[in-house]
Amino acid sequence: MIAGLLLLIMANGLGFFWPKALVQLSLNDGTQVLGQMNAKEMIPYSNTPDAPEGKHRIQLKVGNRDLYGLDFRWIDEDAIQARSYPKDAVFVERREWGNFFGKILEVRKGSTVLASGSQSGWNALQPLVHHANEIHETIQHVETDVIGEINYEMEDIRLQLRGLNLTEHPDDQEKHSLNAQLETLQSIYEKEAETLRTLYDSLRDYSVVFIDANGQAQSLPVGQIIRVLHPNQMPWHEKALVYLSNIWMVLSEEPREANTEGGIFPAIFGTIMMVLMMSIAVVPFGILAAIYLNEYAHQGILVRFVRIAVNNLAGVPSIVFGVFGLGFFVYAVGGTLDTLFFPESLPTPTFGTGGLLWASLTLALMTVPVVIVATEEGLSAVPREYREGSLGLGATKLETLLRVVIPCAMPGILTGLILAISRATGEVAPLMLTGVVKLAPSLPLDSYFPFLHIDRKFMHLGFHIYDVGFQSPNVEAAKPMVYVTTLVLVAIVVILNLTAVALRNRMRRKYSGSTV
Amino acid sequence: MNLHMPPYSKAPATKMTPKILIQNMNFFYGATQALFDVNLEVPAQQITAFIGPSGCGKSTLLRCLNRLNDLVDGSRLEGQILLDGQDIYRADVDVTDLRTRVGIVFQKVNPFPKTIYQNVAYGPRLQKVNRRATLDDIVEKSLQGAGLWEEVKDRLHASALSLSGGQQQRLCIARALAVNPNVLLMDEPCSALDPISTAKIEELLHTLKEQLTVVIVTHNMQQAARVSDYTGFFLLGELIEYDNTKKIFTNPGDQRTEDYVTGRFG
Repeated sequence: MIAGLLLLIMANGLGFFWPKALVQLSLNDGTQVLGQMNAKEMIPYSNTPDAPEGKHRIQLKVGNRDLYGLDFRWIDEDAIQARSYPKDAVFVERREWGNFFGKILEVRKGSTVLASGSQSGWNALQPLVHHANEIHETIQHVETDVIGEINYEMEDIRLQLRGLNLTEHPDDQEKHSLNAQLETLQSIYEKEAETLRTLYDSLRDYSVVFIDANGQAQSLPVGQIIRVLHPNQMPWHEKALVYLSNIWMVLSEEPREANTEGGIFPAIFGTIMMVLMMSIAVVPFGILAAIYLNEYAHQGILVRFVRIAVNNLAGVPSIVFGVFGLGFFVYAVGGTLDTLFFPESLPTPTFGTGGLLWASLTLALMTVPVVIVATEEGLSAVPREYREGSLGLGATKLETLLRVVIPCAMPGILTGLILAISRATGEVAPLMLTGVVKLAPSLPLDSYFPFLHIDRKFMHLGFHIYDVGFQSPNVEAAKPMVYVTTLVLVAIVVILNLTAVALRNRMRRKYSGSTV
Repeated sequence: MNLHMPPYSKAPATKMTPKILIQNMNFFYGATQALFDVNLEVPAQQITAFIGPSGCGKSTLLRCLNRLNDLVDGSRLEGQILLDGQDIYRADVDVTDLRTRVGIVFQKVNPFPKTIYQNVAYGPRLQKVNRRATLDDIVEKSLQGAGLWEEVKDRLHASALSLSGGQQQRLCIARALAVNPNVLLMDEPCSALDPISTAKIEELLHTLKEQLTVVIVTHNMQQAARVSDYTGFFLLGELIEYDNTKKIFTNPGDQRTEDYVTGRFG
C-alpha cells in the first residue's frame, strides 16, 4: 500500500513537469478550444446495454485565466467535432494569471509592430523574452541585495535611535550622527529606487499580442513572460530538457501566485533547517535524560513515575504541543526576551512571535520521549561486562560512560534520532501555531549578521501542502504542485532517514562481533 | 590476630608476607548474607585459588577485593580487608586508585569493541598517559606479559573482536597488566576457553607470579591443583578450609573438602 501511494505521488508529481501537447478541439456549437488534456472520465449512467463502455468527457486545461476566468473546462466527447494539434500553438508561462495557450499575432514596441505572424513573431520574441528575464534578475538583485541591505542598515539605525531615546539622557551628538547616516542612506535608497523604476518601465517596452483559439486577442508585455514554447513541434529531447529545467526550477525558486506556481525552495530550506535545529536541541536533552534515568537515578518509584510520564508524553496529540509551544516558548519566554533585550523594537515582537527557534524547540519537546526511550534501550543493551571491565581498570563511572558505554549505545541513540526526525519532518499542526507561514519574505539564513535568524518565520513543506492544496483560490490548478511538494517532503524524510540509518549501521558493524 | 578464625581455616604455614588480609568479613546482598565470617591471608607473589561449588561465594569474595561489589545496590560489607596493611573499605580510599592496584580478569571475555591497541592503552590513558611513545611501550610490554605480542604485533589496530576467544582473554589480561597492578584477580578466566587456550593461560600464570600476586577463582579442580600454591575451599558462603594446595588435594583437614575434591559432590 505504501509503495502504491508512493507510485501515485511520483506519477502525478513527476508527470507535471512534462510539456504536454496542446490540442485544439472544434466543438459542435462552432467554437474552438485550445488546451492540454488533463483527465478523462466516464459520464455517470451513460453506459447502456448497446454501448457498455459509456460516454466520456475530457477535462481540458484551457489556461488564459485572464480571459476565461477558469483554468479548466469539462467537455463531453460527444460535443467534439474534430481534434487537431496546431504546430504554431504556443505555451506561454507568465508571471501572473497562470499559463496562456494560443498563437502569436504580432510583436510590438510601444505601438509600432516589429513582427507579425506566427513564425516571425516567434523569432522576434525569443531574444526579447531572454532579455526580459535578465532584467528580472537585475531587479531581483537590486531589490533583495542592494535595497535589502540599505533597509537593513536603516532599520538598524532606527533601532539604535529608539534605543537612545529609551535611555534617560540621550546623547544628542550621537543622535545627530545617526540621523545624518539615516539621511545618507535615504538618498542612496532613493537613487536605487529610481533605478528600479526604470527597470520596471523597461519591462513594458515590448509587448506581444496573442490570439486564443477563437481569435480573441490579448496583449501582454514581454516582461510578463517567463518562457514561450511550441509544445506541438518540439522533439522529445527538447521536451526532456524542458522537463529537467522545470524540476530544477521547482526545487530552486521561490513561489509565485499564492504558492500555486513557481518553486518551493523556501519551504524545502525551512523544513531542513527546522529539522536540523530540532535535532541539535533534542539529542543532548534526550541523551542526558536517558543517561540520568538509566545510570544515575536510584531505581525507585520516582524514576518509574518519570518513565511512565515520558512514555505518555509520546502519546500527546501534536497540536497540544503546539499550544504549549505558543504559550510557553512564544509568549512567556519570547515575550520576556523581548522586554529584556529588544525593548527598542517593541511593540513589534522579535522573539515574542512564532519563529524557527520556537518551532524547533516545540518539535524537540514533542520528539524527546522517542529519543529517551531509544537511548535507554541502547544503554541497557550494553553488556555489564564492558562496564565492569572499564571500572576494573580504574575508570570512574563518568569515564566508563563516556569511553565505553555511550559509544556502544550509539546505534540505539541514532535509532532514536531517526524516529525523532521522521516524526518531526512530517509534523504540521504544532508548527502552524509556532512559526510557520504561508509565504516567508526571507530565508532564515542570509548574509546579514548573525546570518542564522532563528527568530524569523519560515515555510515548511507540510504546511505548503496544506496551504496550496486546500487553501488556495485555484485548487484544481494547484493539484500538481501538491503532488510535487508531497514528493519532495517524502524524499527529504527518506534521505534524512537513510543518512541516519547508514550511520547507525556503520556504528553497529564497528561495535558488533561475538565476544567469545 | 587469628583468634576468631574457624578451626580449619588457619593461615598457611608460610613465611611470606601477606599481601591481602581478610578479617572477620561478612558480606550481604541486601538481606541475604553471601559470606560468613571469612578470615584469610593471601601471600604475596603466589597464586591463591578459591574453589567450591556454584554460589558458594568465591566470586563474591574476589570481587570484594577490588570493591567491584560496590556497584551492586544494597550490598554491604562487615569486617576488614587489608591490602598491604591498609583497609581498602575505609571511607577515604580512592576506589579508582585501588582498582589500578588490584586488576581483574573476568569469566566472560570482555575486550571493548575497539582496536587491540586501544584496549591495552585504555587503562594508561585513564591515568593521563598520552605520549605516543610511552603508550606504545606499555602496549608492547603488556602484550608480551600476556604472551600475546607475537600473535598480534602486526595487527595492533585491528578490532579486538576479531581475535579468537583465547586471544581475547589474554588481551584482557594484557589490558589489566597495562595499569601495572600488584594483585591480579581472575574470575574463572578459562571456563569459556578450549584446552589449548587454557594451557597457555595457565603457563602465563606461572610467569606472572614472579611480578604479582594472583588470586584465581575456578570451577576446575585440576586447574586449581595445577597452578595454585594455596587453595581455599568455600561452601555456602563459608571458608571451609584454606591451606597449601598440595595439602588440600592430598590430605584435606575437613571431610567436606575431601568430599568435594574427590568429586563426591559438587
